[in-house]
Amino acid sequence: MKKEAPEIPAGSMADIAFLLLIFFLVTTTIASDKGILNFLPPKQDPNVPPPDIKVNERNIFTILINANDQLLVEGEYGSTESLDQDVKSFILNFGAPDEGGQALYNSLPGSLQSLVGRDPASSDDPSEAIVSIKTNRGTSYDMYLEVFDLVKKAYFEIYAARVNLTSEEYRALSNEIPGETALSDKGKEGIPMAISIAEPDKQGGN
Amino acid sequence: MAKFKKKVSSSTKISVASLPDIVFILLFFFMVTTVMREQDILVEQKLPQASQLQKLQKKTLISYIYVGNPKNVALYGTEPRIQANDALLMPADLVQWVNQERDLLPEADRGLITISMKADKEVKMGPISDVQNELREADARRVLYAATKKVD
Repeated sequence: MKKEAPEIPAGSMADIAFLLLIFFLVTTTIASDKGILNFLPPKQDPNVPPPDIKVNERNIFTILINANDQLLVEGEYGSTESLDQDVKSFILNFGAPDEGGQALYNSLPGSLQSLVGRDPASSDDPSEAIVSIKTNRGTSYDMYLEVFDLVKKAYFEIYAARVNLTSEEYRALSNEIPGETALSDKGKEGIPMAISIAEPDKQGGN
Repeated sequence: MAKFKKKVSSSTKISVASLPDIVFILLFFFMVTTVMREQDILVEQKLPQASQLQKLQKKTLISYIYVGNPKNVALYGTEPRIQANDALLMPADLVQWVNQERDLLPEADRGLITISMKADKEVKMGPISDVQNELREADARRVLYAATKKVD
């Protein structure tokens, strides 16, 4: 008589699988490669003196952060609260636009045109506006990133408003899909993201 | 009204026979997506928060450097250090490291190398700017400041 093969009970299979599942659930860290993108300037050749570019003081929006994480925005004490709005109205000031600037102004949607201040003491034209961030060596990285984040926010909100997207959607535009690249370029057109990170000075650091 | 009273009074039991299968599918998903960390991080890592985050499309182009105070104070001191791959580097070694990383990429992508800088909140700008100067020197000018999403 043939012996019957003993059957392995499969009732606990689900429990074993659950244990394994919980192990992998706990150990999984979904890698996040998210952050704020920055393009560093090219390195300077010591033999070539830095080009002497004349930029009017009014076209530069200066943000200084000292070693105590205090802000000096355009020569006055500032806070991070309204910084993004200030940067936005600085970029879109159109104090003295040339022909291209005037065409750019006409192409802006109403929500952005309403921000145009035409203050003669602020930037002439978005294409000339530069935002400069200068820190000390003792400034915390956290504060620097917060300010950098706010300046980027100002630019992204302008770009997004030009192509009728939310800022979130605009940032998610991919470079690999032609339609999305076109949208992304349309938002940026004529308003370069000119953020200058100055070499920090020695104060308060090592 | 009579319509509502006509309820079928049978206790329907949900079959649990497919439960193991469902669990197995979940299990396989997590097994496949799990990446075991291949390197120990020797420095503190509390990433700062930011709102304007962008995601990079091509992960192969990213190389990571970690900046922060050493976890092992007895061995590495209390000053912020830079970690690349699994060793702590001096800023002067960064150029060589970037060139090594760049050589691992296919030739067409070498100009697009992106450095993801995972710097701890507590770090001051001094070490950060040293790193940035070295990256400029190495001509790796795309830098991603790693940050987590700010919750308001």
